[in-house]
Amino acid sequence: MNNLIPTVNLTVDPADLVQSDRVHTSMYTDAQLFDAELEKIFYSTWIWVAHESEIPDNGSYKTTYIGKQPVIVVRDRKKDVHVLLNRCRHRGATVCEHKKGKTNSFVCPYHGWGYALDGSLRGIPHPESYADCIDKSELPMISLRTESYAGMIFATFKDDIESLEDYLGAAKKWMDLFMKQGAGYGIKVPGEHRFRFPGNWKIQLENTTDAYHFPLVHKSFLSSVDEETMALFDFVKGPGYVEDLGNGHSVMVMIPDLIDLEADLDKPIPERFEALAAELRDEGIEEQQVRRIVRAVGGTGFNLNLFPNVACSMAFFRVLQPISVTETEIHHSVITMDGGPAVANRYRLRLHEHFQGPMGFGTPDDSEAWERVQKGASAGEDLWIMLNRGLPGEQPSEDGLVSDVSAETGMRAAYQQWKKMMSA
Amino acid sequence: MNLQLLQEVTAFIWQEGDMLDHGEYDTWLNLWTDKGTYIIPINPKETDFENTLNYAYDDHHMRELRVQRLIGGESISTSPQPRTVRTLSRFRVLGDDGMNVTVRCAQNVREFRKESLKFYSADLTYELIRAGDSFKIHRKLISLINSDDALAGIGYIL
Repeated sequence: MNNLIPTVNLTVDPADLVQSDRVHTSMYTDAQLFDAELEKIFYSTWIWVAHESEIPDNGSYKTTYIGKQPVIVVRDRKKDVHVLLNRCRHRGATVCEHKKGKTNSFVCPYHGWGYALDGSLRGIPHPESYADCIDKSELPMISLRTESYAGMIFATFKDDIESLEDYLGAAKKWMDLFMKQGAGYGIKVPGEHRFRFPGNWKIQLENTTDAYHFPLVHKSFLSSVDEETMALFDFVKGPGYVEDLGNGHSVMVMIPDLIDLEADLDKPIPERFEALAAELRDEGIEEQQVRRIVRAVGGTGFNLNLFPNVACSMAFFRVLQPISVTETEIHHSVITMDGGPAVANRYRLRLHEHFQGPMGFGTPDDSEAWERVQKGASAGEDLWIMLNRGLPGEQPSEDGLVSDVSAETGMRAAYQQWKKMMSA
Repeated sequence: MNLQLLQEVTAFIWQEGDMLDHGEYDTWLNLWTDKGTYIIPINPKETDFENTLNYAYDDHHMRELRVQRLIGGESISTSPQPRTVRTLSRFRVLGDDGMNVTVRCAQNVREFRKESLKFYSADLTYELIRAGDSFKIHRKLISLINSDDALAGIGYIL
């Protein structure tokens, strides 16, 4: 799209704000930087907008945002997915205000202009006043470039950037591994917790690749689970690792045994899953499939951060949406096995409720910590945010750089990408 | 209209609200039937809570864990603990078969914690079971009027 008005006039050089082991505090507090981030990051790269299961049928849609711009993600009659700017080409009103649903068309409520599911302008009420001064083919809803991988749908304003698959690069194989928690049924996103906190979006981005905080911030969660689970989550001193995957993406492997959910199916079923396994057997499910479901039901052992706005986080998708320099909205989308046994999916739903959301045992404590970062960052405007943890042990890896599980390698990866994009 | 029943259920629910505002959690836990469920749905139109995502879907065990989290001092979002005052009103008995009573009422909660005053409004629907001269809660459904909006953390029991 053409920019008639340059929207970014930075008085600082973003490259000066990112060093190899630290970033400047103004990254969290400078409103001018925030505006530049919208332009140079959110409107310039691939942004996750939906999982394909959220728009399963012809006419299914959801509304969301790319940066601050409202969009509609919709599946048309031919099953093709479109991401449309949610505004009428006449005088700018949004044409859809529902979170999700099913429709045959989008009709602007202001003057009744009607659009097909692919965004093309179909109907203008009382066209006679326009005589021959309007050509409907010139005024479709703006349709963004849309590509998907492993069921995850991304869109971008840029027609000239690399393909989605090239952008994801080494992250793709981790996305494939993540989807194995469908246990052969496929992944479904049947709901989400939406949550806001008073802090900058990058504080949240960092957190998805931060094992260091877990035993402290999530102490009350750890106290609420069985001993097996508690031992599983005692990973800070464990054999896990963080790997920079390039392009700002990173993976934090907390529980290496749960990287591949289709491996080790012959191992004994952990005690905490025995009751579930028994129920699945009672439903007549074969032993091998019971084991597959039970192994997948708690999710994977890793968090995959996809720069800038989505993560495949153990058992759910974490989506962040920047609201302002000091406010961020987060969606924690629950994942179930599409058409899988209800008893297993209930287990996943209850697990999600246990940790996530405004009344979960985890999210509110994360949110409190992030809020404190934002508040603290208003003190000492010349100070830096330290990101040097795990630097001495960092080694080159096949896909980038690797260090221990609580290293800040993933954050450094994200900020190097930030620097690259902001300097472009 | 059965005014005596209305008075009985009102007194019971007011008492429950007072317990929650004043941190009498052990007594509160004893108000429930063994199979009682505490539910805060997301979708206002949802009816199958067990098979959908909620903010909370607590059985007895989860209620105990939730109380422990609130008072245990291990959670930075609940220490300091929020102070709450809830107002319950507009009680209406929706059903009574002699044993089970269904009641709906309005709840407005004001919460203060760390320089911030927030409020939540909800319809509460109780399924109560007669027990002696009082009731046990078999289901408490909390339908926040903004349940499908983005919420902030709720570090107490609604």
